[in-house]
Amino acid sequence: MNSEILSFENVTFTYNAEDGPVRPAVADVSFSIQQGEWIALVGHNGSGKSTIAKLMNGLLFPNKGKVKVFGQEMSEETLWDIRSDLGMVFQNPDNQFVGATVQDDVAFALENNGVPHAVMVERVHEALSQVKMEDYKDHEPHHLSGGQKQRVAIAGALAMRPKLLILDEATSMLDPQGRMEVIETIRRLRESTGLTVISITHDLEEAALAERIIVMNLGQKNMEGTPAAVFSQGSKLTDMGLDLPFAMRMTHLLQEAGVGLQEEHMTEDKLVDELWKYYSKA
Amino acid sequence: MMEKMIFGRFIPGDSVVHRMDPRAKILFVFLFIAIVFVANNAWGYAILLGFTLLVVFLSKIRLYFLINGLKPVFILLIFTFFLHLFFTREGDLLFSFGFIEVYEEGLRQGIFISIRFLVLVFITSVLTLTTSPISITDGIEVLLGPFKKIKLPVHELALMMSISLRFIPTLMDETGKILKAQMARGSDIGSGPMKERVKAVVPLLIPLFVSAFKRAEDLATAMEVRGYRGGEGRTRYRQLNWQLADTLSLVLLAGLTAALWYFRA
Repeated sequence: MNSEILSFENVTFTYNAEDGPVRPAVADVSFSIQQGEWIALVGHNGSGKSTIAKLMNGLLFPNKGKVKVFGQEMSEETLWDIRSDLGMVFQNPDNQFVGATVQDDVAFALENNGVPHAVMVERVHEALSQVKMEDYKDHEPHHLSGGQKQRVAIAGALAMRPKLLILDEATSMLDPQGRMEVIETIRRLRESTGLTVISITHDLEEAALAERIIVMNLGQKNMEGTPAAVFSQGSKLTDMGLDLPFAMRMTHLLQEAGVGLQEEHMTEDKLVDELWKYYSKA
Repeated sequence: MMEKMIFGRFIPGDSVVHRMDPRAKILFVFLFIAIVFVANNAWGYAILLGFTLLVVFLSKIRLYFLINGLKPVFILLIFTFFLHLFFTREGDLLFSFGFIEVYEEGLRQGIFISIRFLVLVFITSVLTLTTSPISITDGIEVLLGPFKKIKLPVHELALMMSISLRFIPTLMDETGKILKAQMARGSDIGSGPMKERVKAVVPLLIPLFVSAFKRAEDLATAMEVRGYRGGEGRTRYRQLNWQLADTLSLVLLAGLTAALWYFRA
């Protein structure tokens, strides 16, 4: 079970700029992701997290260091092999919808990889039921909400039965309800299939659901650890321009106001739990 | 206005014509366009008109709906009718009213040309009304298949068509948003002299272009990540299915041609 699925070894990448040298977008970053993990990669704008996403799927190649996916080093030769096992969902729901209808879009990656028609029909159906969009299979994209479009994008990735799903800011353009839909879909998928997920986000609320968080700042890996460990560095995160989850901010404010809470709370439920216990003690 | 216009619109339905293979329908329409010119007398045009009405009947599109939706086309039709009526000066003089003189041949030509125009518009409308744009694209892609031999990028053309179709509503929405945003800043597109109005369109088009390019770039990335490498080695999700009805439709068309030849003067 514990096999490495993706690793960065001392990866450095600098964009070519016309006006003189610029700071590397990603500088000497190393990390390793095991099969079955849910990783959140967080950082403020310009932290290098989007560049990392592009390095992961071979849209960019590192200047220095190695990117290994499924044990293969990312290169021109291995690129397409790797991509067929790697699903990716992007930020803008409209700009990644290729097909004319939901089912056509889900089938797109299958078509590209030359999957026979009979298998395709089965996989499209399977993928759509995994994201609970079967009823919409003949719908056109402009009749769907943002959250639904992102779920279709997830189905499009799942149809290939990927080993790894990367969500590149997949919830940042959605309304709160759409965001809930997408996060709920991912959570359910993780439970039923144990899929490895990397979510790249600046929303710490979303990151709190992951098993491990990697914090990026100014192109460098700043912190790495469980959500509890990372969030305990509260002020460091806010200094980097990241917002703590609401429950954590609330806990801190209550503590400042003299309410003697015992623990750091990442979710509202747990905070509420301790609060009513606290009240009954007092 | 736009809602009533049915030119190029698709109305989902469940008729023999709806269920036909898009390849058959496209072939049918192209052959029909050629065959129309075989008719050259009253018998021929009567048969054409009857045949067209039969096709409309089979497609279960209400004739009233079709005529109502094609109103702008009828203006053109009436215009051509009168053009032929007044300017053909052959045959016997039927009547004259001041400087207007109507000849027998003019009346004949006017009626025939109008019927020809009418059946062409009806048949092509039936094609677009009963076939989804994406099916038409599929049909064209397969029909143009042989041209791959002379290096015509058939797959790419079909993909371009289907992506354009898919983005029409998205870009329409976007235009609406930009229009409102510019109106909120005091831009006035609906009034003023023509020159001003044309100028006011510029701040609408530029943001639209910028965003369209951004979208195109995002889409290209998404397609690449999903393994798109051009048409080679691709399989198709949407399958075309040639059935008995499709063959019959072409047989019917052959029958029509034979009938038209027989009655041809």
